[in-house]
Amino acid sequence: MVRIAMAFCWVMTIGLALFLIAPLLVIAAASFSPTPVFDLPLSGASLRWYGRIGRLDGFWPSLWLSLQIALLSTALSLVCGTLAAIAIARGKLPGAEAFATALVSPLMMPGLVLGIALLQYFRAIGFTATWSTLLVAHLVVTLPYVARTMIAGLARFDFTLVEAARTLGCTYPGGVLRVMVPALAPSFLIAGLFSFLASFDNYPVSIFLADVRNKTLPIRMLQYIEEAPDPTLAALSTLILAGTVILLFISDRVVGLHRMAGTAD
Amino acid sequence: MTEVALIAPPVAPSVDRERLTAFGFALPSLIIILGVFALPLLLLLGVSVIGPDGLTLVNYQRLLGTPYYLGVIWNSLRFGLLTTAITFAISYPAAFALARARGALRSLLLATLFLPLAASVIVKAFAWTILLRSDGIVNETLLALGIIEDPIRMIFTETALVVGAVNIFLPFMILPIYANVAQLDARYAEAAATLGASPLVTFFRVIVPLTLPGIIAGVALVFSLSVSAYVVPTLLIGEKYPTLATTIAKAYLLAREPGFGAAAGAVLLVIAIAVVTLSSRLSREPK
Repeated sequence: MVRIAMAFCWVMTIGLALFLIAPLLVIAAASFSPTPVFDLPLSGASLRWYGRIGRLDGFWPSLWLSLQIALLSTALSLVCGTLAAIAIARGKLPGAEAFATALVSPLMMPGLVLGIALLQYFRAIGFTATWSTLLVAHLVVTLPYVARTMIAGLARFDFTLVEAARTLGCTYPGGVLRVMVPALAPSFLIAGLFSFLASFDNYPVSIFLADVRNKTLPIRMLQYIEEAPDPTLAALSTLILAGTVILLFISDRVVGLHRMAGTAD
Repeated sequence: MTEVALIAPPVAPSVDRERLTAFGFALPSLIIILGVFALPLLLLLGVSVIGPDGLTLVNYQRLLGTPYYLGVIWNSLRFGLLTTAITFAISYPAAFALARARGALRSLLLATLFLPLAASVIVKAFAWTILLRSDGIVNETLLALGIIEDPIRMIFTETALVVGAVNIFLPFMILPIYANVAQLDARYAEAAATLGASPLVTFFRVIVPLTLPGIIAGVALVFSLSVSAYVVPTLLIGEKYPTLATTIAKAYLLAREPGFGAAAGAVLLVIAIAVVTLSSRLSREPK
């Protein structure tokens, strides 16, 4: 009976893997389409859509804006979130549990509601510089991912190791950098990856803060799809996916994907 | 903070300093959460009850008093529940097989969970519109296999919506469950079997309670993501299936009714807060 159950589990896993990959394969296939319509199976192969990515209306400024916001908000969240997680893990903070819940809660809040709330709030306090409002808003989007992962990671970290390093002649920051950071490498990687993607792919918060001159990439992409869908967008997504495959391969070699997944809760 | 410090009995200076350091570490995040999250949401609640002539509940009356908008709330809940139930039914058994996998197979399977996260939700939803078209691959396959005789209309139906949403939110369900199952100590199940428990009893009385934290985390996350999803319903079903999220966007971006949009936002917020409260209470309960 246990065997039958396990066989069922394997069937579900294989099915799940195929189901998850299906839309990605469709995108990759569509990007090589020789015609502007998505006829599958393809009647040939062409790279013409890859050449057109750069010529999409407003593509480069949007890509640059999204990269800036995603990288900066991830970096800032990694610093703030890790510091907060240390404070929570050391157990010296009054109300640590409530604070931890509050830190993670934006993850469960509807993005659209946060978007309209921030729109009104920033207007009310007279904070209207679009680029800065986007960055500050994305801090709230990325911080919970970092906090969640780092709180879980630090709960299993033995802080006496840092003390041991100090006894052996390390300075305190040196001990943190040379003992704690390597031990928590999978946590940092997964926190960074998740928060970068959460920001880079965010639509519901950005749409309320963006203006005509500052449109993030997801806003542009939805606009392309609604106006004139052609395989150029598929070509762009395929490039991003290819980059991710390389990144995942390296992550697997360096820290192991199972260690990354194990810290994802 | 200062009040607590005043009432608290004098403590050893080192403990005091440690507390101060902890507070200093927590401060940047605290400022972000209070200043850019809690305050804006409070202001939103304020906007929803303030009309041209002072306090008013007219927005809530319109939302909770008209059959159309009650239908909108039901659509959101129904979509969230369906998506959560199906992602859970797929993820829970799959997590056990995934936890047994080793080596290259494990890396490959985990990569299939991480990779979709790198593709934009917008692009994945768009891929499903291609897959589910009446001349799309799914229909062609079903026709070729003789399962159906005429193409079925799938795109812009609730089926398409839920299939797309399940696909997009699956990684958020299986990752926390997998993390939990992978840490499961096999000796508990062995001990239960030694003590005479049947496999079914072992599963329901030992395995399920031990994996409950992962289940709660996954269910809470997927439900809150799907109940408030905007891009997925917009692309896969459109106007036919109005949800709270699409109603909010319409009220702000098209109709210019911030008060009404804020009220719809408040309803979504109440649902989200209920999920957070319930899940943190459930996972804290001693088993």
